[in-house]
Amino acid sequence: MSDELRAAIAAGVLGAEEQYRALLQSVVDVARAIFAAKASSIFLLDETNDELVFEAVAGEGSGTLVGRRLPSSTGVAGWVLVTHQPLVLENVAEDPRFGREAAESTGFVPKALMAVPLLYEERALGVLEVLDRHQEAPFTLAEMELLGQFANQAAIALDLLQRARRAQATLEGGGELAGLARVATALEGNEAGLRLLSALEDVLRRSD
Amino acid sequence: MAEPLPAWSLPSDAAERIGLPHSWPERVTREWAWAGATGAGVRLCILDSGVQVDHPRVGPVQRSVAVRLDGDETIVEPDAEGDVAGHGTACAGIVRAFAPECELVSVRVLGVGYTGSGPVLLEGLRWAVEQGFDVINMSLSTTKQKFTALLHELADDAYFRRTMLVASAHNMPVESYPWRFASVISVGSHDQADPFTFFYNPAPPVEFFARGVSVEVPWAGGATFTCTGNSFATPHISGLAALVLSKHPELTPFQLKSVLYLTATNVGDEQ
Repeated sequence: MSDELRAAIAAGVLGAEEQYRALLQSVVDVARAIFAAKASSIFLLDETNDELVFEAVAGEGSGTLVGRRLPSSTGVAGWVLVTHQPLVLENVAEDPRFGREAAESTGFVPKALMAVPLLYEERALGVLEVLDRHQEAPFTLAEMELLGQFANQAAIALDLLQRARRAQATLEGGGELAGLARVATALEGNEAGLRLLSALEDVLRRSD
Repeated sequence: MAEPLPAWSLPSDAAERIGLPHSWPERVTREWAWAGATGAGVRLCILDSGVQVDHPRVGPVQRSVAVRLDGDETIVEPDAEGDVAGHGTACAGIVRAFAPECELVSVRVLGVGYTGSGPVLLEGLRWAVEQGFDVINMSLSTTKQKFTALLHELADDAYFRRTMLVASAHNMPVESYPWRFASVISVGSHDQADPFTFFYNPAPPVEFFARGVSVEVPWAGGATFTCTGNSFATPHISGLAALVLSKHPELTPFQLKSVLYLTATNVGDEQ
């Protein structure tokens, strides 16, 4: 409960969702630029509906894909999410089944696809994909490392986004917690309120 | 069948009953380890996304099962759906290229949604261990601590039942299992092109590196893709293990691991 309250207050003060969204967008923009790729996207796991949702897209599909949903445990993105293993597919030959799946999940049929799970602590939060990287040279282990580093960055951003959303939901709810959060948010807005919060915290710590 | 020995001790009059007639040559070579072997007699399980049974580069698949959830229950049943991602077919194709005559069985643990994937993975592995396969190829891992103890038990159970678990290592900075357990063979990638080039890692937990960069593999749907990742390196070691075990079926997992160590590209005179 107290974690949620703290997160709710933070979100109330910072109005975080838009900023974290911008952070995710910058991750896919940079991934696309570094790999000189046609597109890059981040999928978030929606645990309630057990689906993968496009959260950020750079390049091809950027105007249309955000918000689209995919199954969470089939196809390449689902495999990466469930197995926690990154993979790179290249020279993807013309193949009606793969082509259909790829088009549904990327907006176009790529010639090559890199996909890496977004892992934070114990949880798998989603998948990062980079499509049609610049292909003058064969894929290398160093690029695989680079992809993993981007995935770490994206996972942290995705975790922040999820916390902000949970906090927003808490603030917007009508429960006791929402009331408390609103009070705390209002108090945190001025110096006297902060002193009161700090004194309360002190009392609570002593009574533990 | 002789009377079983006590589980925890060896009386002096019983020592002769556990004599093992197999001896190793002074120098274990690749020639001794697998030359002439085809994988015949070895039963190998692909725990993955399913396997497309009619792919020309996969050949015969003796049995396909899928694990599904029914409420809180996990059920293992015949699988008619095939490969729901393409990856299981790729692993089967890599193994088949090494061991054309091994028996292949597919256990599909994907397709039930992400939420149910932990229990389904565990049930798939439990089923595969009970079936007594010689080798189980696992290009997957979990980060959930609550599954770790059970996974560890299953991995040790497999080890003592002479089932070699071959698992993909993780190349990201997270704690994941079962590849970190000592009772399995964990596999990472090297970037050389020869499928028989593999390295022993003197600094575990990753114990072996096999070909994992730009590997040409069959994919579900009938196509052939060029793929990179530890999950493609893993079936290289599974395939080699199938070859060794088809020639030396008496080997236990620790002996098999020793043979792989002694025949690794960076070990001994062959390096």
